[in-house]
Amino acid sequence: MLNTLREPESETIHLGFKELYVRAFKWMLLARTVEDKVAALWHAGKIAGGCYLGKGQEAVSVAVGIMLRPGDIFAPLIRDQAGRLAFGEPLFDILRTYLGKKTGPMRGRDGNVHRGRPKEGIYPMVSHLGATASVITGALMARRMQGETGIVGATSIGDGGSSTGSFHEGFNMAAVERVPLVMTVTNNHYAYSTPNSRQFACHDLVDRAIGYGVEGYSMDGTDLKECLEIASHAVERARSGFGVQMIVASCVRLTGHAEHDDGFYMDKTLLDSPIGRDCLNVAQAHVVEQGWADEVTVQEWRQQAKAQVEDTLQKVQREPTPDPADEDWHSLASAHLIDPEYAE
Amino acid sequence: MSITYLEAIREAQARALRENPNVYIYGQDISTYGGAFKATKNLAKEFPGRVLDSPISEDAMVGSAIGASLEGMRPIVEMQFADFSANGFNQIVNHAGAYFYRSGVSLPITIRLPNGGNPGAGPFHSQSLESLYAHFPGLIVMTPATVDDAYNFLLEAIALDDPVLYCEHKYLYNRVKAERLPEEVSFSAGKALCRRSGKELTLVTYAATLYDALAAASELEKEGIDIEVIDLRTVKPLDTETILQSVARTGHLLTVSEGWPWGGINAEVIARIASKGFHLLDSPPERLNCRDTPIPFHPDLWLAHRPSAASIVKKVRQMLDW
Repeated sequence: MLNTLREPESETIHLGFKELYVRAFKWMLLARTVEDKVAALWHAGKIAGGCYLGKGQEAVSVAVGIMLRPGDIFAPLIRDQAGRLAFGEPLFDILRTYLGKKTGPMRGRDGNVHRGRPKEGIYPMVSHLGATASVITGALMARRMQGETGIVGATSIGDGGSSTGSFHEGFNMAAVERVPLVMTVTNNHYAYSTPNSRQFACHDLVDRAIGYGVEGYSMDGTDLKECLEIASHAVERARSGFGVQMIVASCVRLTGHAEHDDGFYMDKTLLDSPIGRDCLNVAQAHVVEQGWADEVTVQEWRQQAKAQVEDTLQKVQREPTPDPADEDWHSLASAHLIDPEYAE
Repeated sequence: MSITYLEAIREAQARALRENPNVYIYGQDISTYGGAFKATKNLAKEFPGRVLDSPISEDAMVGSAIGASLEGMRPIVEMQFADFSANGFNQIVNHAGAYFYRSGVSLPITIRLPNGGNPGAGPFHSQSLESLYAHFPGLIVMTPATVDDAYNFLLEAIALDDPVLYCEHKYLYNRVKAERLPEEVSFSAGKALCRRSGKELTLVTYAATLYDALAAASELEKEGIDIEVIDLRTVKPLDTETILQSVARTGHLLTVSEGWPWGGINAEVIARIASKGFHLLDSPPERLNCRDTPIPFHPDLWLAHRPSAASIVKKVRQMLDW
């Protein structure tokens, strides 16, 4: 199945590291900008439901998303806005979904981060953590049964989600089936309000790679350079037939669990530690330090990202929300099997 | 020559594997071993790489089927026992069941549930879970009782674009036989069938209790009581119309199910008929379920736990004396 989200020229495989880094940084900027906008809309009461941001996790997410090619499969989790954009999800999708627009991929039937385009390789998540591990495993098994090679599937989980039975079952199955899966475990040190000490007892989550029989890597989730290097390596290993790859990234969530949560319980010393750095600032400093762009140019990029978000939002705000009177209240594709009891 | 209900299930899968390269089966001990009940006997040999042993991971088995169906496959998942599907519940109801409404993309998945009780099987190998899955939107729930239905419905389940819970009753596996498989495959999900015509009472049932109902009907016939027996065949969608038409003739409704009483298939049938056919009823509609306890191990307890021909006969007499 062809991924139609992205133009072929955006393939990153032939890029030099500088171009790759700059491009990844720009996706991070766009992700942060659009999520800041979504947060502002939420605080202004314009968004129903929750508001879940990836602030502080953009480097991890973008590094995997940008390594995927058209035809690969991505099952993102809640803090994967940067990876979604890099993989090719249109900017429209986040705004349309948060605003519940009928024009969005979920048509107002599901909201916020629960969105995707399954026929184009981006699977919509459910709230039950760990569920995507087996889903993407099955998708990769299917591709293999159909004779397809050289593709990769990627999904993400957090320190909290890695405690679920669903995650264990799915990840173990992926290892047993030897599918080309890249699993990113982002340890942002809090699952909602629960710290690592109440979540797992092993020394480091990457140690679990041995138990699962897969290749595992640790990376500093605040350092885009390291994230790109590790993700590139893992995605290429998976693509070349070395089986499941587990990346454990360390960083700190620079926000509450969601916008209703101010994160008062977070340990301030963590935020002051090297993994408490803002990956976007780290990446920007690196771009300037390397002389890939000066401060003025970076500022221009920021303005461009803002303009793109504003422009998209203006269009989206004029779009219709679903009309309950027109809603098709059916949950089966087999129209002939819709119970007449519920036909009206 | 005769063919059992279980063999019909195997043959339907063999046919689907033969006719559609996108069909594969995933489940525990189904490959070399041929499945705990032998529903996939020799299929792995016949269809290499398409009948695969899974880890003991019901959640991931269903999850993997969701992913595979998104990529164009038509997976069949064999749960070793319906009871173990509780461990895959989240993927079935929250992921698979919600998928089409949420995203507009349908998931052609067949989940085979060896359902219902057998003497000595105990609390965790006997459950009837059709009501549970029927409760959730986005799922089709089939409960075949005959060899023809076991065969046709399984092929239909595989052909349908939606997730189907195919509840195959374990008690019927080797007890129900037919001369041969149906010559032509016909799809009739959502259509109930009158298995015995009668004038005095409508008995609605499905799966194994169909045979208890038919035995009760024969017993009652000796007393001059003539009841109609309707086999639901699929519990979701539920064929309200066929039941209503029958109740219009008989004026009495008894529903019989091996499932638990609270909020089950019986309750749904009665709610619908009470609502749409209140004027047709000459007595309060009644139901017979298994008892509201876990399913007991000892065969004597088990027999007393579920509805039986005797308990049906007793209930019908009470109702017609009303």
